Amino acid sequence: MAETKSSRTIRDKARAAADKPAAFGENVDLGAYAGSGEEHPYQSDPSRLSAAAREQMLEAGVILDDPSQRAGTFIQMDNATVHSSVRQEGLEVMPVGQALDKYDWLSDYWWQAVAVDTDKYTASVELNQHNGYFIRALSGHKTVYPVQACLYMEKARLAQNVHNIIIAEEDSELHIITGCITASDKEAGLHLGVSEFYIKRGARVTFTMIHKWNPEVAVRPRSAAIIEEDGLLLSNYVLIKPVGSLQMYPTAKCVGKNATVRFNSVLVAAPGSSLDVGSRVILDAEEAKTEIVSRAITTGGSIIARGYVEGNAPDVKGHLECRGLILDGDGIIHAIPELKGTLAGIDLSHEAAVGKIAEEEVEYLMARGLTRNEATATIVRGFLRVDIEGLPPSLSGELQRAIEASEKDLM
Amino acid sequence: MGDVALSIEGLTVEVEGREILHNVNLAMKLGETHVLFGPNGSGKTTLLMTIMGFPKYRVTGGKVVFQGQDITGLPLDERARLGIGMSFQRPPVVRGVKTRDMVAACLNEQEPEARIAQLAEKADLAEFLDREINYGFSGGEIKRSELMQLLAQRPTLTLIDEPESGVDLVNIALIGDLLNSVLEKDCPIPERKCMGLIITHTGHILNYVNARTGYVMCDGVIGCEGDPHEILATIREKGYQECIRCFMRRTPGG
Repeated sequence: MAETKSSRTIRDKARAAADKPAAFGENVDLGAYAGSGEEHPYQSDPSRLSAAAREQMLEAGVILDDPSQRAGTFIQMDNATVHSSVRQEGLEVMPVGQALDKYDWLSDYWWQAVAVDTDKYTASVELNQHNGYFIRALSGHKTVYPVQACLYMEKARLAQNVHNIIIAEEDSELHIITGCITASDKEAGLHLGVSEFYIKRGARVTFTMIHKWNPEVAVRPRSAAIIEEDGLLLSNYVLIKPVGSLQMYPTAKCVGKNATVRFNSVLVAAPGSSLDVGSRVILDAEEAKTEIVSRAITTGGSIIARGYVEGNAPDVKGHLECRGLILDGDGIIHAIPELKGTLAGIDLSHEAAVGKIAEEEVEYLMARGLTRNEATATIVRGFLRVDIEGLPPSLSGELQRAIEASEKDLM
Repeated sequence: MGDVALSIEGLTVEVEGREILHNVNLAMKLGETHVLFGPNGSGKTTLLMTIMGFPKYRVTGGKVVFQGQDITGLPLDERARLGIGMSFQRPPVVRGVKTRDMVAACLNEQEPEARIAQLAEKADLAEFLDREINYGFSGGEIKRSELMQLLAQRPTLTLIDEPESGVDLVNIALIGDLLNSVLEKDCPIPERKCMGLIITHTGHILNYVNARTGYVMCDGVIGCEGDPHEILATIREKGYQECIRCFMRRTPGG
C-alpha cells in the first residue's frame, strides 16, 4: 500500500502540515468525520452493484450496464475499491495502492505535482489515505472510449481520502470521466481528493468531472497537472447538485513548449451551498496556451469564482472568462480573475461579468413567441453552454445531459 | 379588397410617465405594406413597440385591434403567437443563445434543421447559425438575421424598424429581397396572408420594397397620410420641417 512507499520525508512533511489551514475556503474540522468506512465486497461485474447506486452513478456519467462504451472502469465505495477493469490495450486502470506496489518508479510521481504540505487536507490524504485510482495511457496508445472512475460515498460522516495519479505517456490520448457522488441526499461527509496529472510530450488528456454531493457534504479536492511539450489538458468540471462547502483551485503547469490547457467549469449554487472554485494555470514554457472559462449560477448560494493565469515565457497566451448569473436576490457571486506577467511578449487577458438575466433579452425571445419561462430557460441554457472542442461525442453528450439536469433544478 | 386586419384607434401611449404618442389612428388590410416616416424621436419606434406589446409602453387611451380582436391588454408573447412579428433595429446580444436556436424558436416545429439551413442560405447567414445571436454582427448581418427569423416565424403582421439603418449598399438589395419574401410580395395582393408596417427615416428602402400607404409622424402624432413616394419626395426636397409646418397649418389653433 501507499504508506510503505511514502518516504519518511513525505510523511514528516504531512505531519508538520496536519493543522495547516488552507489558503482559501472555510475551515473543515477533520475530527468530525470517521476515518474508516463500510467494507464493500469487490465486484468483478459492476452491473451487479445495487440498482440505486448504478442509477446515481449514471447521473454522473458512470455507465455500468454497458461496458462497451468505456475503455476502463474504476469504482471506489467509501474506502474500498469495488471494481477495476480495463477493456483496451495500452491502458492501465487500477487502485493506486496496487500501482505503487507494481511500479517502483511511481514514487517519482507521488506528490510531485501537488505538494503534500499544501494544507491540512493534503496532509490528511497522506496520513490517512484510502486508495484512489491510477490511470495510465501507454506511449502512443489512444483511447477511443473514455475511462470512467467513480468515487462513491455511502457511509454517513465518512472522510474519504483518495489520491489519484493520471499519467499520459508520450503521444498517447486519454479521455477520463469521473463521477463523485454521495449516496445519501442529507448525510454529512467529507471528500478529500488529491489528483496528480502527468501529461507527457504530445499527449492529450480530457478530464471531465461531474460532482453530485448533498447540502451536508464538505469537499476539498487538490489537483495539479504538469504538461510537457505539445501536451494538452482539457478539464471540464460540472457541479450540479447542492453541496455544503466546496473549495478547490486546481493548478496546471505548462512546462513544455506549446503545451495547452483549457479549464471549463459550470457551477450551480443552491441556497446554503458555498463554493470557492477556481482554475490556475502557470505558463512556464514558450508558446504555451490556456483558456479558462467558467459559468456560475446561483439560486441563493454563494460562489467565489477564481481564475489565475501567469505567463513566464515568451509568446505565451492566456485568456480567462468568468461569467456569473444571479437568479435569486440572496445569491452572491464574487469573480476574482487574476493575471500575472513576468516578461514582455506575452498575451494575457480576462473578462468577467456578473448579473441577472436582462429583461431586454427575455422580451426579445418572447417577441419570437416563447413564453416568459421558455425564454428564461433558453437564456439559462445558453449561459451554461460551454462549447468544448476535443471531447469525444459520447462525453459531450454526457456533459450536456448533466447540464440539462441542472436546468431542471433551476427552472 | 379585404377587411381591415390591423386597426389602431385613438392610441395614446406613455413611457416612464411621459406621453409619447397622442391619439394615433391607422388601418391596414392583409396584403398591404405601409411606411412610417418621421424624424428621430418622433415616436415611430414607440408605435411599433406598442403594437408588439412591450410592457414598458403603457397604453393610456385607445386600442389596438388585430384581426377583429382587441389585443391592447395582451402580453407580448401572446401577440407573437397570434401572428405579430418584429424586426428590431438594435436587437440585444444574447450570449450562449445561437442564431440557430432563435430560428428554431421561431419555426416551432419538430426537426427544423433542414428548414433552418434553407433559410440561412437564403439570408446568406449559413456561417452565422452557430454563432451567438447578434454577437459581433454588422448592421447588415443584424437585419438579415432579423428577417431570417421572421421568415421562420411567418407573422401575419410584420413590424420592421429601420431596415436600412447601418446597412451598406451590397446588403440593402438582399435585405429588400428578404423583406419582399416576408411580405409575400411575389403573391398577388388578394392572395397574401400578411401585411407590413415599416419604419424608415431615410426612405431608402422604398427603392426595394413597394408600399401602398405612407404616414409622417411628428411629435407622437400622425401628421399626414398618402402615397409614400410622394411623401418621400417632399421630405427629400423640403425636409421634415416642411411636414411639421404643413401639419401645423392644418391643425386648428396651429
